[in-house]
Amino acid sequence: MRIGVITFPGSLDDRDAARAIRIAGAEPVALWHGDHDLHAVDAVVLPGGFSYGDYLRAGAIASHAPIMAEVIDAANRGVPVLGICNGFQMLAEARLLPGAHTRNAHQQFIRRDQKLRVENATTAWTSEFATGDEIVIPLKNADGRFVADDETIARIEGNGQVVFRYVDVNPNGSMNDIAGVSNERGNVVGLMPHPEHATEPGFGPDMPDAMRSGTDGLRFFTSAMAALAARA
Amino acid sequence: MPTIVVEVMPKAEILDPQGKAVVGALARLGKDKFSAVRIGKRFELTVEGPVDEALLAEVRELAEDMLANTVIEDVVFVGEASTSSACGGS
Repeated sequence: MRIGVITFPGSLDDRDAARAIRIAGAEPVALWHGDHDLHAVDAVVLPGGFSYGDYLRAGAIASHAPIMAEVIDAANRGVPVLGICNGFQMLAEARLLPGAHTRNAHQQFIRRDQKLRVENATTAWTSEFATGDEIVIPLKNADGRFVADDETIARIEGNGQVVFRYVDVNPNGSMNDIAGVSNERGNVVGLMPHPEHATEPGFGPDMPDAMRSGTDGLRFFTSAMAALAARA
Repeated sequence: MPTIVVEVMPKAEILDPQGKAVVGALARLGKDKFSAVRIGKRFELTVEGPVDEALLAEVRELAEDMLANTVIEDVVFVGEASTSSACGGS
């Protein structure tokens, strides 16, 4: 099973995402923003970082990169696509996901180990969770405030497209505490926090039983592998 | 060379934290007659040839598709910069 990770100019977490994919048991494939080629991968991850220095709007310029034509085509064919942080912003800018992101309401960059509730465990990236599960993965962003108009919020809430919600603390002022959303089909998911940073004991978020022991992010990738295995 | 100006503002209902920070700073300077500040963007697109209606239409489309994200922003102005009001010519 081959999962591609696209590197854009200014991507930071592409290698962490590749490592997470390897730890989950799949083969990571490095993809380049300037190519028109997904190398026949089974799923795609758009990683975090600050593509193009967040110029214009976070993710805006990357959403027009050459490879995004292939990503949009793959997404419309049902290929699992995950956008993490800057990748989420790109998917929203590319209109593959609803809503948009603005500067955090408190104007500051924030980094914390963030508790989330899984609101939809039927997407391609959440099937190994149960709806209602609470997980902890790191969050780090400046432009993480999820916004959409009232009609869109009502529609995605009604459709089950709100996949993750912030618990205890809303770190950026996101509407309805929304941390992550999916498209209607459930194959494209985006979220602000970083599952790839919670995949290996000793390097994850602090958990009640031990420091840096959190590995809740692993199930994002095993979910995609299960979704692909079920389809094959 | 002719310049086409595109102005983009955050939608009225979208929180503008930058504007809020500025209005807070104005209040601290004693300028408390200003109740709100909103910050937008101005793009200046320089073109080689003449500006005609077809080009302006193309820029309007570009403004909606890329220069602004219409989920959170409105394009409030697209037009040719008049030479008399052009600034920065010193």
